[in-house]
This record gives sequence, C-alpha cells and structure tokens, in this order.
Amino acid sequence: MTTTLQPLDVAAIRKDFPLLSRTLNGKPVIYLDSAVSGQMPLAVIERMSHYEREEHTNVHRGVSTLSQEATDRFEEAREKVRAFLGAASAREIVWTRGATEALNLVAQSFGRMVVQAGDEILLSAMEHHANIVPWQMLAQEKGATIKVIPMNDAGELILESLDELITERTRILGVTHVSNVLGTVNPVKEIIARAHARGVSVVVDGAQAVPHLAVDVRDLDADFYAFSGHKLSGPTGIGALYGKLAHLEAMPPWQGGGSMIRSVSWEKTTYMPAPAKFEAGTPPIAAAIGLGAALDYVQALGLDRIAAHEHELLAYATGRMAAIPGLRILGNAKDKASVLSFVVEGIHPHDLGSILDSEGVVVRAGHHCAQPVMTRFHVPATTRASFAYFNTREEVDILVSAVLKAIELFK
Amino acid sequence: MSDPRELYQQVILEHNKKPRNFGKLEPCTHHAEGHNPLCGDQLELTLVVENGVVQDVKFQGNGCAIDVASASLMTQAVKGRPVAEAEAMAEQFRGMVRGDLDPATQTPLLGKLVLFRGVKDLPSRVKCAVLPWATLHAALKGEAEASTE
Repeated sequence: MTTTLQPLDVAAIRKDFPLLSRTLNGKPVIYLDSAVSGQMPLAVIERMSHYEREEHTNVHRGVSTLSQEATDRFEEAREKVRAFLGAASAREIVWTRGATEALNLVAQSFGRMVVQAGDEILLSAMEHHANIVPWQMLAQEKGATIKVIPMNDAGELILESLDELITERTRILGVTHVSNVLGTVNPVKEIIARAHARGVSVVVDGAQAVPHLAVDVRDLDADFYAFSGHKLSGPTGIGALYGKLAHLEAMPPWQGGGSMIRSVSWEKTTYMPAPAKFEAGTPPIAAAIGLGAALDYVQALGLDRIAAHEHELLAYATGRMAAIPGLRILGNAKDKASVLSFVVEGIHPHDLGSILDSEGVVVRAGHHCAQPVMTRFHVPATTRASFAYFNTREEVDILVSAVLKAIELFK
Repeated sequence: MSDPRELYQQVILEHNKKPRNFGKLEPCTHHAEGHNPLCGDQLELTLVVENGVVQDVKFQGNGCAIDVASASLMTQAVKGRPVAEAEAMAEQFRGMVRGDLDPATQTPLLGKLVLFRGVKDLPSRVKCAVLPWATLHAALKGEAEASTE
C-alpha cells in the first residue's frame, strides 16, 4: 500500500516554539541555524520544568518513592532513545553530555583497548573536530597513525579508495553520517559493510543525521553511533552513545565515581554492567527526560514528513541562492540533508553573518568546527543556513534578500 | 545594530577592498603574528622602529572587513608616531570598541579611527577590530604572537 505523506502544518508547529515569535535587532527572528542547535518545542521545555518542580531528586539512589519515580522517568527516556535508534537493548544506550563526549568515550575506552603502536585509524575528510581530535589524542598516546578518506569537489567521499585505505593495521573507522558543513549524507551502511569485511569497527557521528533522517543502528550494523540531544529539538548537556552490547561489555570504564560501581573496597573495586559502567556521577536527569520528550515530539510529527519538508525547502533555497551572482554553494552531494553552506565573492563570511544578523536572520558563520573541510575547499570560513521542520519558504526569501543587501553594501 | 551601514561605513569598506601598507617589511625590527582562534582571522605585522619612533609598518593576512580595515587604518595611524603614543592609541582603541571609553571625549588620539565605535554594539566582532592592535602591542613588547583569546 502506498500512502501520500500529509505535509506538515508548519503554521501550527511554529506556535510550539516561543523563540520564533521574538524579534532580533527589531526584525522578526528568522532561525536558520538548527545545525548549531535546534529549538526546543514547549512540550520539551514544560516536561523539563515539570521534572524540576515536581519530581526533582537523584536517580539510582536509595529507596524513596521520589527517587524511584525519577529513576523510572530517566530509564524510560533511555528506552525512547533505544527505540529511536532501533537498538536491540536499552543496555546499549549510554547517556553522555552530547556527541562529543560519546566520541571521546569510544576513543578513550574502546580505542585504548584495540589500538596499539603502529595501528591505523581511518577517518573521513569531512569530520567535525569532535570526530578528529579524540582520535589524534589516542594516536599520539599509542603511537598510531591517522589516515583520511578523501572527498571530491562536490563534497562526496571517494569510496573507490576505501579498500586500499583499509590495511591490516586499521583498527577503527570514524565517519560522520551527515556532514555539518556540506550536508552530505554518507552511505554509512556500505562503508560499515566494507570495513566489517576487513575486521574494522566503525564509529558513526550521527549528530547532524538524527534530526533529518530515520536511523536504524541494527540495519546500519554500526559498532557505535553518537548523537546530541540539542540538535534534535532537545536540551543541551545530554546526548547518547549507542554501542553494540558485546563491545560495551568488553570495554573498560573511562570515568570513575558513583553509580558506575558494584562495590568498592581498598583491595578491589568492581563495576556495574553497561551502560551504568560508563555513567559515573549524577547525570543531567531533567535533560535526559527532556530529550525523551523531544523524541516523542519529532516522532509524532513523523521523521518522513520532516525529511520531506526539509528536502523541499533545501531544494527551493539551493535554487534561489545558486542564482545569486558571486555566490558559491559548498557541498553539492547527490544525497544531502538540509544544510546550505556558501561563500560570497568579496565578502568575508563573518561580515556576511553580521549583516544577516542585523536583518534578524540567524545563520552560522565560521569554520563550523571542521577546519580540514575549510582547507579542502580553500576557504577560511563559510556562511551556513540550516533548515528545520518549522522553517518556511518565506524565511528562505528573507535570507536571499538579506544576502542581496550585503552584496549591494559591499559592492 | 539595526542598520549595518552604521558599522560598514564607506571608509571601512574601502580599506577592506584596498588595504594600505599591505605586505611585509624585510628587514624589520619588530614582528608579531595575531590570531583569532574563534574565527580563524590571521594577521602578520612587521615594523621598523628607530629612535623610539614607528618609522614603517606593514601587515598581511586574511580576515573579515572589520579586521582588515582596522589593520589598514591602524598602520596609517601609527606610522611616524612615537612607540609610547602608538601604545596609548592601542589602549584607547581597545577601550572604545569595548564600550569603556567614550569616543566623544576619552579617545583624543584616535582621530578618524573613532569610526570603529559602532563595533561595541556587536560583541561578537570586537575581537576582529582589536586583533591588529593586540598584534601591534605584542610586536612592540617583543612577543612573537598575539591572540584575542
């Protein structure tokens, strides 16, 4: 049975986001910066507020009813993440501060376990610093080498070279699911299959993917998958790492403290099983519950409807922006998420960012924590607009007018 | 800043397009590199200082219009000035763009550089305007590097 997707009721959705009705520099705010941080709907803000007002305590502590309730809500949120990612068990979901901490956890625990001197770590040319620097730190510690999967001028990974780049010394392959600068959706399922065929484990940075496409970690067969709550209509300070249970069980803890131990004595300390083993200290409980509410919200809208809306907006924006003389779009992959990076001849991205800001248009100007991508495309920085399910064509039109205004000013 | 023209005045735009004293002095007596880690702006400043006077100064690097125009106008402003006066200008410039000094009364040395006063309303751009001056300060102090962090 084929069904036609019901378009999103964007006007109604926008009412869920208080920030969208504020002004910026005297103009209505045009929020085209969801790749930096997604806005939170009222349902999330209110769920977190309710927790802090009515339910606040610690989790996994003592026998009080209050603590048990908080623990239940906290673990229900973990279950929501499990379902969202298609993981087999909630034990495969580790709470972290965000994707960055998740990737550091993998490098510091799994990486230290499997990488030895002379080994190789293979990363894609379009990684965010969060999926580069933890591996450089590990490589330096172990005497290992980092190798890079190159990309073409369209911003697509050149996978013809993958089989040569993977050697008998390769231990880990790190790849972003969606590029935060170029919007490229990488064929991670294929990359994972080819890496696994050579015995290499794959770590996927999903921070920019989860807001735009349905992810099924079991279908991908990812060893690890990291994401941040705040890119996904949730709060900052919370994210999650999916890891295959066999990996998580074999991995040593990476931070010590309360909650992660089974018993402590001066002679011998034993640890909890995963995921508690990786969750030392009091977690951001309200944020975790808020992330659960955010997952409910986006799933109620429907990830397929969100993707359809964003693709339509991206196509419209790409057409309008590409028609501006002197404007160059970076990232023209066949498969793209709703991220549009561009440079304008004669205008530095920071100046462009300031002028757009004066028009109420919020975009990101900078290197996007992906300096090797800037180097690859020979630019110091780019301006990036990113579109979410609450954005409209009218907002794209305002972006275009603001860019034209900047060009006029700098003429 | 409701109107970007308040900051992006013609003088700034023109100096961005055609920066003055662009290049590198070889040999030089003073040299420093400035770096804004947040946005990647980079600037290299070379000076010839003789008898306590900035005889010549040049800059090169990449940056936004605010950064480039600030560097260009700075080189014009300090050339031929005693080092102590150049340092005092740096202090006044920094005070003005941070909003601590009133350009109407408290920055007598700045002359036309007061056209950067609008930067104070754009906190995210203060570092762009200050980078050349921080680099000048480092060079005159004999430090190799300046950072706005």
